[in-house]
Amino acid sequence: MRHTISVLVENKFGVLARVAGLFSARGYNIASLAVSETLDPQISYMTIVVEAKDAKVLEQINKQLNKLIDVITVTDFTNKEYLDRELVLAKINYAPKDKSKLETIFNKFVGKIIYHKADVAIIEAVGDQHQIGELLNELDKFGIKELVRTGKLAISN
Amino acid sequence: MVGARILLESLKKEGVEVIFGYPGGQVLPIFDQLYDFGLKLILTRHEQGAAHAADGFSRATGKVGVCLATSGPGATNLVTGIATAYMDSIPMVAITGQVGTHLIGNDAFQEADVTGITRPVTKHNFLVKDVKDLARTIAEAFYIASSGRPGPVLVDIPLDVQRADTEFIWPEKVNIRSYQPTYSGHPGQIKKAAKLISNSKKPIIYAGGGVITSGAALELKELAEKLQAPVTTTFMGLGGFSGAHKLFLGMLGMHGTAYANHAVMESDLIIAVGARFDDRVTGRLDDFAPGAKVVHIDIDPSSISKNVRVDVPIVGDAKNILLELIKEIKKSPDTTEWLRTVENWKKKHPLTYKDDSAMIKPQYILEQLWDLTKGDAVICTEVGQSQMWACQWYQYLTPRTFISSGGLGTMGFGFPAAMGAKIGRPEKEVFNIAGDGSIQMNIQELATCVANKINVKVLIFNNGFLGMVRQWQELFYKKRYSYTPITSPDYVLLAQSYGAVGMCVTKKSEVRAALQKAIETQNTVFIDFRIEPEENVYPMVPSGQAINKMIEGLA
Ligand SMILES: Cc1cc2nc3c(=O)[nH]c(=O)nc-3n(C[C@H](O)[C@H](O)[C@H](O)COP(=O)(O)OP(=O)(O)OC[C@H]3O[C@@H](n4cnc5c(N)ncnc54)[C@H](O)[C@@H]3O)c2cc1C
Ligand SMILES: Cc1ncc(C[n+]2csc(CCOP(=O)(O)OP(=O)(O)O)c2C)c(N)n1
Ligand SMILES: [Mg+2]
Repeated sequence: MRHTISVLVENKFGVLARVAGLFSARGYNIASLAVSETLDPQISYMTIVVEAKDAKVLEQINKQLNKLIDVITVTDFTNKEYLDRELVLAKINYAPKDKSKLETIFNKFVGKIIYHKADVAIIEAVGDQHQIGELLNELDKFGIKELVRTGKLAISN
Repeated sequence: MVGARILLESLKKEGVEVIFGYPGGQVLPIFDQLYDFGLKLILTRHEQGAAHAADGFSRATGKVGVCLATSGPGATNLVTGIATAYMDSIPMVAITGQVGTHLIGNDAFQEADVTGITRPVTKHNFLVKDVKDLARTIAEAFYIASSGRPGPVLVDIPLDVQRADTEFIWPEKVNIRSYQPTYSGHPGQIKKAAKLISNSKKPIIYAGGGVITSGAALELKELAEKLQAPVTTTFMGLGGFSGAHKLFLGMLGMHGTAYANHAVMESDLIIAVGARFDDRVTGRLDDFAPGAKVVHIDIDPSSISKNVRVDVPIVGDAKNILLELIKEIKKSPDTTEWLRTVENWKKKHPLTYKDDSAMIKPQYILEQLWDLTKGDAVICTEVGQSQMWACQWYQYLTPRTFISSGGLGTMGFGFPAAMGAKIGRPEKEVFNIAGDGSIQMNIQELATCVANKINVKVLIFNNGFLGMVRQWQELFYKKRYSYTPITSPDYVLLAQSYGAVGMCVTKKSEVRAALQKAIETQNTVFIDFRIEPEENVYPMVPSGQAINKMIEGLA
C-alpha cells in the first residue's frame, strides 16, 4: 500500500542522498519524492510517497527516517487529515478540432491547455491523486505523448 | 590558527590522548602539526588496522576511538573498520583528508567520494568545506558518535581547509535540533513492564551490547537478583552480566548454550535490555519464543519491533530505565519452579567437548586461559570457530573484557583491536584469540605492536582450515572442502623477524606452560597452537531453524 510521509530536514549538503540512500539500502520503494525549501531557508520539506507492504515496514521507514541526524520531524499522514496536490504536464496529440472537446473535459475535470501548435498540446493540471487520475484517463483518448509529474505534495489541515 | 591545528586543539578539548593513523598527501598539514603537538599517534601498518585499533580502544575503555587517514586509498582502507564499528554501535571518529575544495568532483589524484562511500556505514558524516565550521564539526562529531545509540562518525577535511586560517572557537555545548536522543523511559511504560514482570511465571532476561554501552551491569544484576530470573546475554552482551553468576545461562543463539535457548523458547516473559533480536539470536522468527510476552528496553526506537513483536517497548537508556523499573516492581514473581526447570536443562545439555589425551582441543586452551587469568584479562577475538569457542569457554565477569566483531563478523579485526584495547587498558593482559585464517588478514600490525611496545598476546588456534566455513561444508555441503584448507607461515620465525616472541605448541601437555610464559613475557607474543583440525563448534542451530532445534554434536 502507498503511504504519504512528510519530512522536515536540515537544508544541508547531502541530505537528499541520505534519505534516498536509506530507502535504497533497505529495499523500500519510493513512489514519489518532492523537495523544496520552506519559509525558513535552513529547512527543507520533503513529501515522500512510499510503498510499504505492511504496517511493520511503514513503522521501520518512519523510525529510520527519524534516526537520520539531519531529519527534524517526520509526519506519517496515514490516518491523518491532509490535503495533497500534484502538478502534471501532459503532452498530447492535438488537432485544432479537438479544442472544444478538450474544453468540455476541462469543465468537468482539472486541467488547461497552456500551449499548442499544429499537432501537439501541452496540458497543465493541478489536483489530488483522484482528480489527476480521472484527467489522465480522459487525456488517454487523445494519446499522451509525454507526461511529467511533480509527485505528490502534502500538507496537514 | 590553521585548520590542521584547530583539528588537534579540538581533539584535545574532547580529551583525546591517542589516535591511530597513517599519513599521506592530503593530511600532510595535520601530520606536520602532530610532529610536536603532544598528541600521540600510533602509526599502524595499514589504515584498516588503524580503524580497528580505534574501535578496540573504544570497546575497551568506553571512550571515543579516533583514527586518521589520507584521502582516496587511505580513506577507503578505513571503510571495513568503520562498517565493523557501525554494526556493533561503537563510538568512533574517523578523520580523513580530502583533495582541495576546488578539486572535488574533478577525479583529482587520490580523490574518492568518502562521505558518499561511508554514508551507509556511519551514524553520520561531514565534509568540512569552510575552516570556520571545523571546530564545531569536530564537537558535533564526538557528540553524535558517543550519544544515543553510539556509532562511527566520519569527518572529511579538504587539504585547503587544513591550511586555511581562522580563529579557534570551541563550542562549549553542542545542540543539534534535529538530534535529541531519549534517555529516560516513559513512566507509564515502565509501570506496565513492572506489572507484566510481577505476573510472570517464567521470566528470562535477555541482555545485549546496550547494557555495556549504557554502563548498566550493576542495575542488571540487581534486577536479576530481585526477580530471581535467569539471564542470558547475546554475544555483544558478554561481560554485561557476570559469567560466574549462578543465574547466568551463557550466550544464546546459533552457538549459544542449549539451556539458554531452551529457556528463552519456553519462557513466558522476555525482558530484553539493549539487545536487538539479531537473526543469529532468534533463529526462525515464526517459531521464536511462542509463549513469551516481550518487554524491550532500547535507546533506539528502530531496534524495537524490527524483528520480534514487542508488548511493552521502553525507549531510553538501559541504566536509567532499569533503575526505575527496579523501584517500580512491587512484587517479584515466584520463580522457584522455573529455576528448577532451567537447572535441569543445564544438567541435561551442558556445554561439553570430547577431550583428548594428546591432541590439543581448542576448548582446553580456553579453559587453561581461564584458569590462569580468572577473568582478569581482555579477550579479543578474530572471527570463526575460535571466536565462538571464546564465547563459550571463557567466563566474562565484567563489561569490556570481551571484544569481538559481532554484527559484521570481520576477520582481521581481532589483532588491531587488541592493540587498541591494550593502549586503552595498559594494566590489563590482552589476548587475541585468532584463527589461522583471520590472523593473516592484518598480520602486518605485528610491526606496530613491536615498535610501540604494545604487548598483546596472540593465541593462534591453528587448525589449517578456514574452520567455520569448513564446518558448514562438512555439515551442509557433503564435506566438499572447497578452498577452506589454508596454509600458514612459520609463526615463530615470523614473530621473531618482527622482533616479537613466537612459540609453537603441538602437545596438550605444553599448553598451560606456554600460556604462562606468554603472560610473563614483556613483548608481543604469538603462540601457534596446533589444534584438532576438524573440531566443530557445538551446539549449533542450523540457519533458518528454531533455536531449540540444535545440533548438539558429540556432547
Ligand atoms: C560467526 C558469528 C556467530 C555468531 N553467533 C552468535 C550467537 O550464537 N549468538 C549471539 O548472540 N550472537 C552471535 N553473533 C553476533 C551477532 O551477529 C550480533 O552481533 C549480536 O547478536 C548482536 O548483539 P546485540 O543484540 O546485543 O546487539 P548490539 O549490536 O550490541 O546492539 C546493541 C543494542 O542496544 C541498544 N543500545 C545501545 N546503547 C544503549 C543504551 N545506552 N541503552 C539501551 N539500549 C542501548 C542499541 O540501540 C542496540 O539495539 C555471531 C557473530 C558471528 C560473527
Ligand atoms: C573479511 C572476512 N572474509 C570472509 C569471512 C567469512 N568467514 C567467516 S569465518 C571464516 C573462516 C575463519 O577461519 P579462521 O580464521 O582460521 O578461524 P577458524 O574458523 O578456523 O577458527 C571465513 C572465511 C569473514 N567473516 N570475514
Ligand atoms: Mg582456522
